[in-house]
Amino acid sequence: MINAMIIDPKDNVAVAIEPIAAGETVSYLCGGETVSLTAASDITIYHKLATREIKAGEPVVKYGEHIGVAMCDIARGAHVHVHNVESRREDLEAKE
Amino acid sequence: MNTFYGYRRPDGRVGVRNRVLILPASVCASDTTRIIASQVEGSVTFNNQQGCSQVGPDQQLTMDVMAGYAANPNIYGTVVVSLGCENCQMDLVVAAIRERTNKPLEQVIIQEAGGTLKAIEAAVRYAKAMVAEASMLQKEEFPLSELIIGTECGGSDPTSGLAANPVIGEMSDLLVKAGGTSILSETTEFIGAEHILARRAATKEVHDRIFEIVHRYENALRLVGEEVREGNPSPGNKAGGITTLEEKSLGCIHKGGHSPVNAVYDYAKQVEPHQGLVIMDTPGNDPSSVAAMVAGGCQVVVFSSGRGTPTGNPIVPVVKLTGNKLTYAKMVDNIDFDASPLIYGQKDLATLGQDLLDMVVETARGKQTKAEALGYTEMAIARVCNYV
Repeated sequence: MINAMIIDPKDNVAVAIEPIAAGETVSYLCGGETVSLTAASDITIYHKLATREIKAGEPVVKYGEHIGVAMCDIARGAHVHVHNVESRREDLEAKE
Repeated sequence: MNTFYGYRRPDGRVGVRNRVLILPASVCASDTTRIIASQVEGSVTFNNQQGCSQVGPDQQLTMDVMAGYAANPNIYGTVVVSLGCENCQMDLVVAAIRERTNKPLEQVIIQEAGGTLKAIEAAVRYAKAMVAEASMLQKEEFPLSELIIGTECGGSDPTSGLAANPVIGEMSDLLVKAGGTSILSETTEFIGAEHILARRAATKEVHDRIFEIVHRYENALRLVGEEVREGNPSPGNKAGGITTLEEKSLGCIHKGGHSPVNAVYDYAKQVEPHQGLVIMDTPGNDPSSVAAMVAGGCQVVVFSSGRGTPTGNPIVPVVKLTGNKLTYAKMVDNIDFDASPLIYGQKDLATLGQDLLDMVVETARGKQTKAEALGYTEMAIARVCNYV
């Protein structure tokens, strides 16, 4: 059953579209293929989980863009939120 | 539905409602206008908390909202009520309105009328006469290109970026294709996504203005030692699953669809029709952002909410939608449109965008929104500084 979604293939987080309990299978579509992994923690509906391991200091990517930086190593399948991600202002004019 | 029925105004604009505005020039006239409006069926007013003891730039924001409200095409005519001694003096308010429109306008100054009761009597008589004139107007058929739609998101959660805002964006693109105008607002929620908007700027000037309004907003808060991230995302945004301001912004800008950005307007300035997608520099705070777009002349606001909000406006109908299936079920009395089928693959974006445009057109044709039926009229005016 599809219970999560990603927005951009570059994303390293998926959004739960149903409530997901730790240990349950998470399934989402990526380019027409179903990708599955195991939830490492309980995920509230519409919250994020890591689709691969994200190392401390690595950008967290949603919508194909940086939404923040991992404050610690985040395991695949773990809840990604304010406890392990911090906002970082980027100079997007320079980047552009 | 390629047309709507509206009211042609003498200044050439087209309204979708036909109300008389009892305009308080300052906080000191706001209780009086509340009493006046309660006596006149067909009139509207609002609680103006500003209008006096403001620094120049703040007074300008207040003046622009007042003048824009009077000029909004949903308004037939305006009775301005002032106390008499406030900084937003009657002659200044009248001049600001006259710069934007030649519609019917009357004035009552409480201190000159001889106090509350005499001021109320004079204003009620003016307003009742105006409502009677307004009631004689016949609606005419207009193309969708006459519409200016304000877009807003509030009480956002991740479904706003996944469904509700993309559906607004699709509706916005359809309206732009039809020759209409869509306003993308909320400068604080461009932060972290301003480069994406800037890439879509039609000209170098618009490109530079997008970065300018974002940096100006951040710097205005730093002047008082604060950061825009204080309180943003809000506790409700975070409970819903939004982690950072950047994530909120990337969801927010979907409301602008994929059209080029043709202009950037300052807060509450008058928006030209037939402009395609434009940006207005407003706060993320909903009532003050909606007020600015209404002052800019939009006839309808489309408002997405993940958490669910009752918000309305005294002058324009506010169509609300959510992408959160739980919120839609819980707050169906407040929310007009369910965008959640996009997330669950039951409807595609093209269908939902057209459905939302149809609802906007029905609203323009006269159908009450839920916020109108419930009588919601809260609003706010942006400010940058303490009172003097």
